[in-house]
Amino acid sequence: MTDDTPEFIQKSVDELVDIARGCRREIVKMVKRANAGHPGGSLSVIDIIVGLYGRTLRASPAEPKHPGRDRLILSKVHASPAMYAALHAFDFLDESDLHSYRMYNGICQGHVDSKWTPGIDFSGGSLGMGLSFGLGIAISGRLSGRDHHSWVILGDGECQEGEIWEAAMAAVHHRLENVTVIVDVNGIQNDDFVDQQMVMGDLSAKWTAFGWKVRDMNGHNMTEISEAIEWSKTTVGPCAILARTTKGKGVSFMENNPSFHGKAPNDEEFELAMEELA
Amino acid sequence: MTGAASRDGYGAALLDLAEDDRVVVLEADLGKSTKSCLFRAEHPQRAFSMGIAEQNMMLVAAGLASTGLIPFASTFAIFTERGFEQVRNGIARPGLVAHICGSHGGIHTGTDGSSAQSIEDLGIYRTLPNMTVMHPCDASSTRALTKALVNYSSPSYTRTVRNKTREIYTDDEAANLEIGRFSVLTEGSDVAILACGVMVQEALDAADTLAGEGVHATVVDVHTLKPFDHDEMKRISENCGAVVTAEDHSIIGGLGGAVAESLTANHPAPLERVGVEDTYGMSGQPAELMEHYGLTANDIVDAAKTAIARRNV
Repeated sequence: MTDDTPEFIQKSVDELVDIARGCRREIVKMVKRANAGHPGGSLSVIDIIVGLYGRTLRASPAEPKHPGRDRLILSKVHASPAMYAALHAFDFLDESDLHSYRMYNGICQGHVDSKWTPGIDFSGGSLGMGLSFGLGIAISGRLSGRDHHSWVILGDGECQEGEIWEAAMAAVHHRLENVTVIVDVNGIQNDDFVDQQMVMGDLSAKWTAFGWKVRDMNGHNMTEISEAIEWSKTTVGPCAILARTTKGKGVSFMENNPSFHGKAPNDEEFELAMEELA
Repeated sequence: MTGAASRDGYGAALLDLAEDDRVVVLEADLGKSTKSCLFRAEHPQRAFSMGIAEQNMMLVAAGLASTGLIPFASTFAIFTERGFEQVRNGIARPGLVAHICGSHGGIHTGTDGSSAQSIEDLGIYRTLPNMTVMHPCDASSTRALTKALVNYSSPSYTRTVRNKTREIYTDDEAANLEIGRFSVLTEGSDVAILACGVMVQEALDAADTLAGEGVHATVVDVHTLKPFDHDEMKRISENCGAVVTAEDHSIIGGLGGAVAESLTANHPAPLERVGVEDTYGMSGQPAELMEHYGLTANDIVDAAKTAIARRNV
């Protein structure tokens, strides 16, 4: 089979920092318009998503279902505003599409869904499923001779799901090197801080014990994100990148605040957020 | 394939399908039981052990299907249910064409006891939009219907059974079966007996007994519970006016449920449901358990007479 993987246009770190700032504004606007959604985890993960699109992801808005494309699998699917904002920034969606987030019959569904939205590779909804899905694509790549890569973004709270560790075992057992996990370690889940809900302990040691190559990074530093992506691509994997992030990053009153896991800002808060993200 | 179990038909079908290099087999440490081991032995590069981890297996199947490959994932029927929400959200909802096979379905599983005897699988998978649900009655039809899945555009769940049953079809007859279409085995106008799985042989025996008493039954092998053959159900209901279902499954939600839904919507008729009453199984030999739980030809005969009496009131 020929390798007809889509081209990708690499952007500079400075460009990506600007793009991520614009995405943060769109995230807050989407959640405000819908008066629902998950701003905290979207703001913690957006730099990672923008980094992937701008530094490595071979995927084309002209042909979003291209069989040779790399996959970005957002397993923590409630951070859908981050995906939609990034898809808009990289020309998969129009600005008007973002207005459909959580709206009746809108193409930007509450949780990312491949049937509804161009550029979305995975239909999630409940946590814990994305890595397994990525392994299926990775196995397919091996069987078909395609070199596409699965980039799977998990939450740290999501790592409480047993299926994550089933998949972690399977990836190593089958020596799947064309899959990378990035854990958005923002320390907060729905009800409270992760350490209050179910302490995850040393995530690095856990992934290492399961046979993965593990690296830390600051999940808001585009240079570190770029370096970690390169490390993953040049390391015999599977690789897990633990991204230290801040929930609600960029909006002062949302930062590290469990109450903004799944809540829209009021009018006053929205104005303040827009000022801070200007 | 005389005296085989329907799971043998599944294993044979996978081998038949192996020449299609889109076919991939996933196992959860029960390949020797579901018979996917036959494929693994011949095509190890396309057979993947997922360990005792069914949730992961379901989403790996989804990922494979998303790339155009055709995954067949199997384990015991009861253990597919461990990954039910994965099937619901990861396979059926996005409509990814992955095929799940649950072996060892029903009380007929025998001595393993109630924890291994799924009596709810057909019911729960039937509630999922996009899912096709099948429970063939013998090895030949399981082989033919499983082979047909390779050209099918919906995800599916197929229940097979552990123990040997009578072969109802020749291979040539089985090759004519169609997913989603009733297979009418005998035609009579006094009562209709709709059965699936191991209960098809019991239904045929019941029809023989009834014929000896001058009661002529239509016997249908409902190998596909979903999509349900409403047109044929309506014709048969109009023709017979009294209906019995027979299944090695809870009387709630499975074949009895599907037939009740169809009758009430299209052509109501008295319905008697033979199946596992709202209870769990236990250990024992299949024949002992079928007797205990009221899943024999005699139970079907009694139910037919009741249905006919209700019609004639």
